Amino acid sequence: MPNLTMTDEQLKTIVTDARSQSAHLLHVLQTLQDRLLHIPHEAVREVATQLGLPISQVESVVEFYSFFYKIPRGRYNILFSNCTNCGYQLGGENLMQALCDRLNVFAGITRDDGLVSVDQTSCIGMCDHGAALLVNGLPVTGLDNNKILHIADLVEARAPLAEWPAAWFHVDDHIRQGGLLLGNVFAAGDGLRATLANGADSTLADIIQSGLRGRGGAGFSAGMKWKFCREAQEDARYVVCNADEGEPGTFKDRVLLHSHANEVFEGMAICAAVIGAKQGFLYLRGEYRYLLPRLQDMLKKRREQGLLGKGILGHADFNFDIEIVVGAGAYICGEESALIESLEGKRGIPRNRPPFPVTHGYLGMPTVVNNVETFAAAAHIALRGSAWFRKTGTEKSAGSKIVSVSGDCASPGIYEYPFGVSIRQVLDDCGALEVQAVQIGGPAGTMIGINEFDRKLAFEDLSTGGSFMVFGEERDLLAVIRNFAHFFEHESCGFCTPCRVGTTLLRKGLNKIAAGRGTKYDLEETKRMAALVKRRSHCGLGQTASNHILDVMHRFPHILEQHLANSDFEPYFDLDAALEEARQVTHRDDAAAHLE
Amino acid sequence: MNDMSKDANPVIPDTIYIDGHEIPFTQGQTIMDAAFAAGIYIPHLCHRPGLTPHGSCKLCTVDIHNRIAASSATDRRTHTKFAVDADSRSVSACTTPAAAGQQISSNTPELNEVRKTITQMLFIEGNHLCPSCEKSGDCTLQAVAYHLGMLDGHFPQFFPRREVDASHPTVMLDRDRCILCELCVRASREMDGKNVFAIAGRGTSAHLIVNSPSGTLADSGLETGDMAVHICPVGAILIKEHGYEVPIGRRTFDLHQVGEIGLEKVVLAKARHIDE
Repeated sequence: MPNLTMTDEQLKTIVTDARSQSAHLLHVLQTLQDRLLHIPHEAVREVATQLGLPISQVESVVEFYSFFYKIPRGRYNILFSNCTNCGYQLGGENLMQALCDRLNVFAGITRDDGLVSVDQTSCIGMCDHGAALLVNGLPVTGLDNNKILHIADLVEARAPLAEWPAAWFHVDDHIRQGGLLLGNVFAAGDGLRATLANGADSTLADIIQSGLRGRGGAGFSAGMKWKFCREAQEDARYVVCNADEGEPGTFKDRVLLHSHANEVFEGMAICAAVIGAKQGFLYLRGEYRYLLPRLQDMLKKRREQGLLGKGILGHADFNFDIEIVVGAGAYICGEESALIESLEGKRGIPRNRPPFPVTHGYLGMPTVVNNVETFAAAAHIALRGSAWFRKTGTEKSAGSKIVSVSGDCASPGIYEYPFGVSIRQVLDDCGALEVQAVQIGGPAGTMIGINEFDRKLAFEDLSTGGSFMVFGEERDLLAVIRNFAHFFEHESCGFCTPCRVGTTLLRKGLNKIAAGRGTKYDLEETKRMAALVKRRSHCGLGQTASNHILDVMHRFPHILEQHLANSDFEPYFDLDAALEEARQVTHRDDAAAHLE
Repeated sequence: MNDMSKDANPVIPDTIYIDGHEIPFTQGQTIMDAAFAAGIYIPHLCHRPGLTPHGSCKLCTVDIHNRIAASSATDRRTHTKFAVDADSRSVSACTTPAAAGQQISSNTPELNEVRKTITQMLFIEGNHLCPSCEKSGDCTLQAVAYHLGMLDGHFPQFFPRREVDASHPTVMLDRDRCILCELCVRASREMDGKNVFAIAGRGTSAHLIVNSPSGTLADSGLETGDMAVHICPVGAILIKEHGYEVPIGRRTFDLHQVGEIGLEKVVLAKARHIDE
């Protein structure tokens, strides 16, 4: 067990070591977390001193991100995904509880001997791999009862992760259907060469002409973003790749970063050439930290090839490099201004807008933030031209969409489609039979039923950042939306009142209904709160946090109505159950000791 | 941002319309600034003229109609699939720049109902026991609640467990009443030049922290005369040894309406004691 009590000198050395690897606050804290299994207050002070930051900033960051802890975790820190599609209750059994029972530990509380802690975390992007967990940051997928027993034995035997079965850590791409991006490869540098040959103006015109829209789901014109950023009068500009793929059910960026990272980095460099940026960042979600060594290797290789660094491809005035910043468990950091705050070493709180990041982004400078897939598409467009891109898709949604299909289907995985593909087509391709509902765009998106399967995947109809969750007839949709409600409550940053308090009230409202204690009044109240959270919240998280509830009320009303109590009013708590403690104390259980 | 040109009413430059009233503004003003200057009250808690606008409490929520400005289109999570008031959008008056021709709804039954609900949410999220609070009668949260006709908390109480910091010789911090408005955070940074406060945590676990080696007020450098001490709109930051000096019935909001323009000075003056 690491020595958790140490002298000031030892602590100073540990922080200095951490800082020498990377001085980014999130990285320093992650190194400390790995080493000390928590971030004690003394370490907060030392980090603040060494990085020249206010103590309160370091403290607030430690408390904001899920993967930093103030109380020591186990040497094996096991985090089960609690997603509907890669979570610990996927097969109907509670695998987290099974592991807790086996290891004699309570979820969320480190075992007394400090060996192990077991807890849950938001979707870890393994929805095509069955139930999944992270052990000390590494994903283990395809969990079942046997594997759980095996994991418990390995933990008890104190086996290093290197001695665990290597196959457990293998993450497949599961590319079931390629298309415009996945089906076309190009040699590293070709997109950049074309850009430099055509010139920045011409490339920008081509990106705008291509109709490429942001692949994160909102669909703002990528070319216009680049143009606004380029036109902003400042000394520095930045390129940021949003790889904080946190929407439950989305894992296409995981696959792009694993097998198509060259195109992504190429797209970033092309953007830099167009807008005149010298520095880029790839903000990688903490759950994908296992991809970091591979990505760093790739960046190194690109520098060696003259595709990054000083004088790119022999152009003396083209200097651009990319730094990878790894998040630490916060869905909100997928919101671009929250991501920028996080890049700056702060809590991920979405900024007020205007101004927008294109004019006031990282360090207040003009910044392009695009999705992983957007940069990959931009690289292809720079090489092949806008006409090539526009041939695919619809008029308003040019090109293709890479979709992460998960849930109740035969072949979950990655499917690339021209925009405009019908939901029915996707369901047929992935082998989904007897489908009850499809959640498009994740919990923040849209839930549709069987009579809407002819609708299209496109910005003008059903938009998705990549999540496509299939729910079969056996699925309990109420359990699904309770899971979503819990997710948003957990991920709300807490900045604005409607989202901070409202997401908690929504979770409580659904729980009351699910417990059979909800009345028509509670249903109306939940609807009213859902509408308020949606309309009055500060950022996109809150503005979409109740979509799933409103969708179920609109499209699957029976899911909630069948649980309603017949009375006009039921209190939030069970009055009779509240007397139980008094009954026990007084050793009474007669009729007069009950309310009912 | 002049999108009203086809309207029957021509746009008057540097004019916005709040509930139909013509309000002049100067470039750089927010809707709240313009409303203030025109003597129009928009309920708010986290805003104070002179401090950087924050936009977190959402009490100053207003609706802007027929505005086609590029808004949150770059935000990946902003889907507009529900046609709820598609012809208007909801913004915080304190952070949204005034722009010529804006048609703004503010003092409407619907928006005041929204504000009342948000105020109730602030009450039930913390532990607000008005009858025993020293700030009762001087509390802006309480005054706003009365202003909006709030009669109860409506929602189930969260009953959070929050820490009290009584370490400082003259100031105490009772987080039970904190509404996370960050007025003290900003006042300390922008007026006192100190940076004593910050918010840590996330969601309903978000809480006020103190920027000091011990994490308590004792070694923070906070002084009784600091703006941060007096700006608290609730009873979260209190001066020690000065309880109930002004009797109930003669407190700020016994004598004033919360909607009076320029009341901030009165509130601040009230918060200072004779011996300071």
